[in-house]
Amino acid sequence: MVKSTTKDARDLFHTLRSAYVATPTNLKIIDLYVCFAVFTALIQVAYMALVGSFPFNSFLSGVLSCIGTAVLAVCLRIQVNKENKEFKNLAPERAFADFVLCNLVLHLVIINFLG
Amino acid sequence: MAALESPQPAATATAMRHAFGNVLSVLILVLIGVLAFSIRLFSVIKYESVIHEFDPYFNYRVTQFLSKNGIYEFWNWFDDRTWYPLGRVIGGTVYPGLTLTAGTIWWVLNSLNIPLSVETVCVFTAPVFSAFASWATYLLTKEVKGSGAGLAAAVLLAMVPSYISRSVAGSYDNEAVAIFALIFTFYLYIKTLNTGSLFYATLNALAYFYMVCSWGGYTFIINLIPMHVLLCIVTGRYSPRLYIAYAPLVVLGTLLAALVPVVGFNAVLTSEHFASFLVFIIIHVVALVYYIKGILTPKMFKVAVTLVVSIGMVVCFIVVAILVALVASSPTGGWSGRSLSLLDPTYASKYIPIIASVSEHQPPTWPSYFMDINVLAFLVPAGIIACFSPLSDSSSFVVLYIVMSVYFSGVMVRLMLVLAPAACIMSGIALSQAFDVFTGSIKYQLGGSSKSTDDAEDTSNAPKDDASAGKTDKGEEIVKERSSKKGKKKEREPADKPSVKSKAKKKALVLPLETSVVALLLLIMLGAFYVIHCVWAAAEAYSAPSIVLTSQSRDGLHVFDDFRESYAWLSHNTDVDDKVASWWDYGYQTTAMANRTVIVDNNTWNNTHIATVGTAMSSPEKAAWEIFNSLDVKYVLVVFGGLIGYPSDDINKFLWMVRIGGGVFPHIKEADYLRDGQYRIDSEATPTMLNCLMYKLSYYRFVETDGKAYDRVRRTEIGKKHFKLTHFEEVFTSHHWMVRIYKLKPAKNRIRGRAKKLKSKTTSSGWSSKSAKKNPWV
Repeated sequence: MVKSTTKDARDLFHTLRSAYVATPTNLKIIDLYVCFAVFTALIQVAYMALVGSFPFNSFLSGVLSCIGTAVLAVCLRIQVNKENKEFKNLAPERAFADFVLCNLVLHLVIINFLG
Repeated sequence: MAALESPQPAATATAMRHAFGNVLSVLILVLIGVLAFSIRLFSVIKYESVIHEFDPYFNYRVTQFLSKNGIYEFWNWFDDRTWYPLGRVIGGTVYPGLTLTAGTIWWVLNSLNIPLSVETVCVFTAPVFSAFASWATYLLTKEVKGSGAGLAAAVLLAMVPSYISRSVAGSYDNEAVAIFALIFTFYLYIKTLNTGSLFYATLNALAYFYMVCSWGGYTFIINLIPMHVLLCIVTGRYSPRLYIAYAPLVVLGTLLAALVPVVGFNAVLTSEHFASFLVFIIIHVVALVYYIKGILTPKMFKVAVTLVVSIGMVVCFIVVAILVALVASSPTGGWSGRSLSLLDPTYASKYIPIIASVSEHQPPTWPSYFMDINVLAFLVPAGIIACFSPLSDSSSFVVLYIVMSVYFSGVMVRLMLVLAPAACIMSGIALSQAFDVFTGSIKYQLGGSSKSTDDAEDTSNAPKDDASAGKTDKGEEIVKERSSKKGKKKEREPADKPSVKSKAKKKALVLPLETSVVALLLLIMLGAFYVIHCVWAAAEAYSAPSIVLTSQSRDGLHVFDDFRESYAWLSHNTDVDDKVASWWDYGYQTTAMANRTVIVDNNTWNNTHIATVGTAMSSPEKAAWEIFNSLDVKYVLVVFGGLIGYPSDDINKFLWMVRIGGGVFPHIKEADYLRDGQYRIDSEATPTMLNCLMYKLSYYRFVETDGKAYDRVRRTEIGKKHFKLTHFEEVFTSHHWMVRIYKLKPAKNRIRGRAKKLKSKTTSSGWSSKSAKKNPWV
């Protein structure tokens, strides 16, 4: 039972990996960016666990800026992905411009809230 | 050539029709804006351009401060003229949206050299924003069902009495701009959901920020949208557009909400916001699942699901257990008092008497639904059915909105205001669909001969028709409640049988000509009744400024301007630093109009302080004098309606003074003031009641008015008619005895007991004759 589960897990892992390798490069760059942002957020949370949460607004703005830009990058990936039928009328330049605008607003708020 | 030419005039004809339609829409929208603005001007016409009620006076005072001192002073303002001696941090406890909006408008107009005073801008802010709100309703309903429904909904919202009641000219309160912000935020959310554009998601977050700035009711948005997202996920309508509409809103919205000082860290710490975070996590999980499903084969996906589900469940369980333990550790489970009283309507009356005492927080009665949304009450179910055919993301959102707002409006009368836009949207959809069907029928019947060839196909497909006709039959009957049942015909577009399976069938519902015409006329009459009711409600019911009262009598119109008379007396005849004590209802007006420091005001943030004042009002004179003296109070203000029959006076509010005071100071027992379970002030009243300060201050010298001291509100003669005040002296009574102001007598220099002892000790006779005079001080 356990053996079949581990075999299944390994099969699953290989299938996922091979499917992922097939994605286009620009999407992989966006994925890398998302991972970087989430990783930074995790580092900040670990740091907060070590030294305490004062000042809380700085902690919030730091973590939420990482999560926010990750979310926006995921939205960009959704819109740029050629396999998505709903967005085939959307030019990737427009998607990127929206992404930049939203990030600008996000970081303006972050800098205001950072204290 | 002929083939090329014939589509061109047709194309230009449609283009012309579209252009004409657009121009007509714009014209109608402008007219709707003018209508929304002008229907709210009744109070300015009947009375004058004055700020109404209580809360708007505080907002007006804050706006005055902002316009005089600038924005930095406003953010850091600590107000020491209220809640003496505690003061109030205005910058951190006020929702700044309204004041900043009005302040900006005033500043812009003044820099354009249009010299409007701050008061004028404040009075007319609400009507202007109600025009904007109707335009926002048009946009929102257009996204859901099309521009016809949008126009109908906009005109309904411009006039709905529930919204008028909180946004007349002069009602300068948070809801004036908050309802506009609410509808606009919902519009941008639906627009993002429909288009999947990140640009609209950004605008949505900014509109949500404006809503958070304006009103505490923003928690409705931040709970309704997650509920809708959850609904979409559960009903299988997850799409990438849903992710784009929701996820940036949560992150950006939480940050922006935390920026507003009033909300601050509550945006991440209180239970009102937890729903949004929970659904945030859920939508990520769902998105991941869909992504993996997309890149795996079905067999591998099954394997993945079994693996993930077993591990994931354990992790989830642990995390949820931790969260629940954290939340349950706080006494209210993380919810604020006001939110709890919304979820459990009996909570406030059990635990927080202040929230229970506000009349706006009571549940509404059934007639108030008809008064406030009138005809819309029976158009709403029709609209809900129309939203289900076809069901889209946006129409499911509107259905959820109306269901939630109906529940909350049933808990608190003040939230009927949130129901109004939802009801208007639904009714607009219903009306528009009904009109579509009727006018389509009329057009078809009148242009009948060109379509007669379709009848032949119809008869051959008749049996298939009946099966699917049953369902649409029911829908028709509910939508067109007055149409007759005889002679219904179904039409199907001339589609070839083989291609029927691939094309979606479009059924045009056609009714007989007379039915359609009569039904159209009846609908128009329905609209006419609605308009008449709305204008009546705006003119008679909701335009009273409540700072000026009028009454019609045989010899004309009586105007009772006692409130402003007494506040003017206060501001002219007392020192700037004198403290005035009254019940908390009048705090805002006293600081704004009389410019004197008050002890408690309508913000009601400190229950103990209010209980102190309540105890003082319920105690006998000496004890009350002690309490007031300890608070440095110089003047006590009492509102009394017994001479003219004004029912909202302090004696009628007395039961709350006793209850709130008794909640903090146990020596005030409500039973002492009740005779047979009722508060009475006539000869059957309890001695505690007859000796308390409120009774004495209200009825001092009242017997001089008509000799019998007949109280017109309580409709009896009072119990104790002739008495003197020992610790207070009357300094002002307004023209109709509505406001009475008393001054605390200063503490006497000598105490009778000690003076007696001194007299017996001294031998000199110089004082003996003078000290034989009876000391008036008890």
